[in-house]
Amino acid sequence: MWKYKKVILVKDTDTGKETVRFSELFNSALRDRGLDGEVQVIRSADINVYNQGIVVKIIPGNITYSKVEEKDIDLIVRKSIKKEEALKEIQIDPKDKQVRIVLRNCGIIDPENINDYISVDGYKGLKKVLEQNDRDKVIAEIKISGLRGRGGGGFPTWMKWSFAKDQKNDTKFIICNADEGDPGAYMDRSVLEGDPHSVLEGMIIAGFAVGAKKGYFYIRAEYPLAIARVELAIKQAREKGLLGNNILGTQFSFDLEVRLGAGAFVCGEETALIASIEGKRGCPSPRPPYPSISGLWGKPTVINNVETLANISPIMHKGGEWFAEIGTERSKGTKVFALTGKVENSSLIEVPMGITLKEIIYEIGGGVLNNKKIKAVQTGGPSGGVIPEEYFDTSIDYESLQNLGSIMGSGGMIVMDEDDCMVDIAKFYLKFCVDESCGKCAPCRIGGKQMLELLTEISEGKATFEQVDKLKLISKAMQKASLCGLGQTAPNPVLSTLKYFEQEYVDHIKDKKCVSGKCEALFIYEIIQDKCKRCSLCQRNCPVEAIPGDRDKGYAIDQKKCIKCGKCFEVCKFEAVNR
Amino acid sequence: MAKAFINNIEVEFEKGRTILDVAQQVQVKIPTLCKHKDLCATGACGICVVKVEGSNRMLRACCTAMDEGMKIKTHDPELIEIRRTVIELILSNHPNDCLTCGRNNDCELQTIMADFGIREELFNKIVKEIPKDSTTRTIELEPSKCIGCGRCIEVCQNVQNVWALSFLERGINTRMAPAGDIQLGDSPCVRCGQCSAHCPTGAIFEFDQTRNVWKLLQDPDIHCVVQIAPSVRVAIGEGFGYPVGTNLTKKIYAALRRLGFNTVFDTNFSADVTIMEEASEFVERFVNKKGALPLITTCCPAWVDFMEKYHADMIEHFSSAKSPQEIMSTLCKTYFAEKKKIDPAKMKVISIMPCTAKKYEISRSSEMSASGYQGTDYVLTTREIIRMIKQAGIDFNSIPDEESDHMMGDYSGAGTIFGATGGVMEAALRTAYNFVTKENLPKVEFENVRGLKGVKETAIMINGIEIKIAVAHGLGNVEYVLNKIKKAKEKGEPLPYHFVEVMACPGGCIGGGGQPYGVTDEVRMIRAKGLYQDDEASSVRCSHDNPFVKELYKDFLGAPLSEKAHHLLHTKYVPRPEYKK
Repeated sequence: MWKYKKVILVKDTDTGKETVRFSELFNSALRDRGLDGEVQVIRSADINVYNQGIVVKIIPGNITYSKVEEKDIDLIVRKSIKKEEALKEIQIDPKDKQVRIVLRNCGIIDPENINDYISVDGYKGLKKVLEQNDRDKVIAEIKISGLRGRGGGGFPTWMKWSFAKDQKNDTKFIICNADEGDPGAYMDRSVLEGDPHSVLEGMIIAGFAVGAKKGYFYIRAEYPLAIARVELAIKQAREKGLLGNNILGTQFSFDLEVRLGAGAFVCGEETALIASIEGKRGCPSPRPPYPSISGLWGKPTVINNVETLANISPIMHKGGEWFAEIGTERSKGTKVFALTGKVENSSLIEVPMGITLKEIIYEIGGGVLNNKKIKAVQTGGPSGGVIPEEYFDTSIDYESLQNLGSIMGSGGMIVMDEDDCMVDIAKFYLKFCVDESCGKCAPCRIGGKQMLELLTEISEGKATFEQVDKLKLISKAMQKASLCGLGQTAPNPVLSTLKYFEQEYVDHIKDKKCVSGKCEALFIYEIIQDKCKRCSLCQRNCPVEAIPGDRDKGYAIDQKKCIKCGKCFEVCKFEAVNR
Repeated sequence: MAKAFINNIEVEFEKGRTILDVAQQVQVKIPTLCKHKDLCATGACGICVVKVEGSNRMLRACCTAMDEGMKIKTHDPELIEIRRTVIELILSNHPNDCLTCGRNNDCELQTIMADFGIREELFNKIVKEIPKDSTTRTIELEPSKCIGCGRCIEVCQNVQNVWALSFLERGINTRMAPAGDIQLGDSPCVRCGQCSAHCPTGAIFEFDQTRNVWKLLQDPDIHCVVQIAPSVRVAIGEGFGYPVGTNLTKKIYAALRRLGFNTVFDTNFSADVTIMEEASEFVERFVNKKGALPLITTCCPAWVDFMEKYHADMIEHFSSAKSPQEIMSTLCKTYFAEKKKIDPAKMKVISIMPCTAKKYEISRSSEMSASGYQGTDYVLTTREIIRMIKQAGIDFNSIPDEESDHMMGDYSGAGTIFGATGGVMEAALRTAYNFVTKENLPKVEFENVRGLKGVKETAIMINGIEIKIAVAHGLGNVEYVLNKIKKAKEKGEPLPYHFVEVMACPGGCIGGGGQPYGVTDEVRMIRAKGLYQDDEASSVRCSHDNPFVKELYKDFLGAPLSEKAHHLLHTKYVPRPEYKK
């Protein structure tokens, strides 16, 4: 069981550099008072308070202090730890709109110690399930909870389980999809690294519910720490009788194995993932049959995402109704997002469904970086779309995001400001899908590449509006005729930018201008004569002798000769070169 | 039976059938470029999409099972537009080589583009130049023409179990190639040519040798002998508009003479000789206990290659008799040359085969040159000879029938059924029965070894002794038979079979890799029927009753398995590496 009664979380929310020193200071203060056996100091990765100096949080009680100084340490230990009193002067009440179910233990427990997990209600869900010994009850509970797949699709979890349960087959499989690959996403990684047992428990419960004896953890090989911690967790769970034959003395047996993804994004798609585990080329296959009916080696297989599985234990332990109280009518519970981009507080957040984008960006994220003007938020990774500012009041749930032309996805959320060019953004995401296309079906293999060429022509000012028509034509063919989700959703970033930021496309095509200053081919370099000190540095650095003139007459850029390399812009010390 | 609706027409269908199949019941042929009736659907091309009421997704008709009560729409302006866009995308990734392509006028991509009335290229060309691979000298790979349908890989891996071809790289760079990106000639490829027979475009094509043959025909000093394989006669007509399965033996003889061949023989004759040797071999092993049982047939060069690469431990079971093609060629350059006083050095033998692997067989080992010369000089597939006849302007359809040159042109019904799966076994049993009992069978037909079941197992009684038989076709079906034999050998149990026939191609030679395109099981059945009818119509039904065969043994070979026969008509097998280093 948990060795400590109390925990102090410490984090330097300004630079991060002082976290270690302050943790040590707390430790020595605890030792001085003989409390080091009761209280543990943890260097937290994130306390959800930002730019408030050293922030300290005490658990239980959740007393949070900001701008903690060295002199406060002894006082905190004496008052808050020994007597559980708060120091009003430095206490803050962070309006945390977050609700932590999936990330409940991340950063709080030692992920390499199964006892830590057990001490925070770990494996209680499994115990309850095995005591009840009723598969239908498990699935009914999940149904009540309203949990939907967190990998992006949002398919009701209970239905997946129920399909597999109903299959009459001695061999069934549970697969945990940990092949997280969206650019900038690290939700699954954080859960696997911070709380592997919660996912393990979810898988064991899933195995019981559908009648599977074997499960696979499909983790991308680029997550070595996650792999190590999952493997350790499996070992510890086996030692405790939570995995293997006759789990907790019951008739139920279940075991787990780790399989590594070899770096193909498309292997996050169910059928491609199955092909990969089977040792085949990681290409999707037509569905139906769905894996729940015929999956790994033709056997009924449930594939759930890491985040989905991390929700299972609390649902079984606290009940489906408790879970269903959080969220909206059709989207229950919470969602973890990797909030990144041009936002003050880039971090991993977990919010209740139904929260608005505005709340996330301004209240949790602390607003836009450097007070720039916000332009849009991109959700859903390469399969998602951009959402412009006027829709920031929309509630976050599966349907609303889809109606806006984006998707929930696995949880990438990127804030974009006025410096982000929407044509460039569309190109970036599309290129990701083109690079990651498995090449099996013609619409995705060729369509994606053609779209990328068309976008490139637009970003280089070589396009007419005909290119936009072609983009729309191919988009539709890809959406409808691609074999798997990758191809079907690859046009989304293009379509959503076209929908909300059509003017930017017009600028590129008609005026050959990129107002955000991103599309290099459209830059026009000019010397601002008022600022020019006639130092001749630009002239001397120009590789194509496109800057005639001398110190008397001044300098000007010959646009016909200019190759837009940007050298003059870089070398000018007086900001006299404009682009 | 379940019910559903296609374009508002009610259809009854068997559960498990795909939308594509069920649609044909209401006269709708949904276009597709990747689905082939022989093969599992891969869903690669994306052209066969249809709409189902109540869903905004489009489904692939080729790989979606029809469900009870489904309401399917197979065409509307939106579906047509999407199909057109996909076809235009495929076109943008395909070279415009139609006029110089082997599949010109017989190409599925070309046909679908014509059907969709594609008149201009909407998208920029993205075609990667990838060099041709002709290293097998039997099949040519031209990956730049590949549309990625995956049929060749499906047939190579899952039907033939050879695993020579696979997809390499990803995205737009995806290409069909020998696994490991080596040359096809260094791969486990057994040259069966099923990839080329299933390719919808010109990406995999037989190694064309028509020009080499024209050159020989032009040379007045050379005596050109030609032979035609059993299955060619019932398939060639498809190239000239005849119904499938029409037997055109005598028109072929006539056309070959008009092309300039000096002597026209029939491989059916040498099939009879093969039976004489093979049946004797069987009797030798079965009755006289000399040699390993079961005896396994070796007429099929792709099967021989497969066995030498994957199952070399079975070599002792292989019949040492050469294939009919090689027996004919060897006899041409010995028996025929002697009798007709033709210098074998100035004789060339060309064979017309349903098969690409036969192009390899002619030089597979030194025994192929037992006559002192390489027996067969060139092999042309059925597809190649059709082109030659057309090049010559011969009006095949109205050409009067002619006879073969009798010495090695007349055949028994047993010889002609060699072209269908089970045929070699049936022919051998007819003769083996006679060799053991000295009597002919009262009923020569063995229905149990006919038909398209992957493995056919049966038994016959000869002199009160049961002979257990297996017939396998399609290399993917061989494993089952060989495993049974190997297991019994290991455990010292009674043999599961005494005599086994294997043909590499599904259906046997009538479905060979060099036959006209568009083969399905339906086509295979009708072609085979053509051969069985030829057998029934023959006055001589057994190889040993063929008077010209009797003459051959009397005048030249002595007896089956004689020293001379052994020297000329038998061969050896060696283990070969799957991958050349």
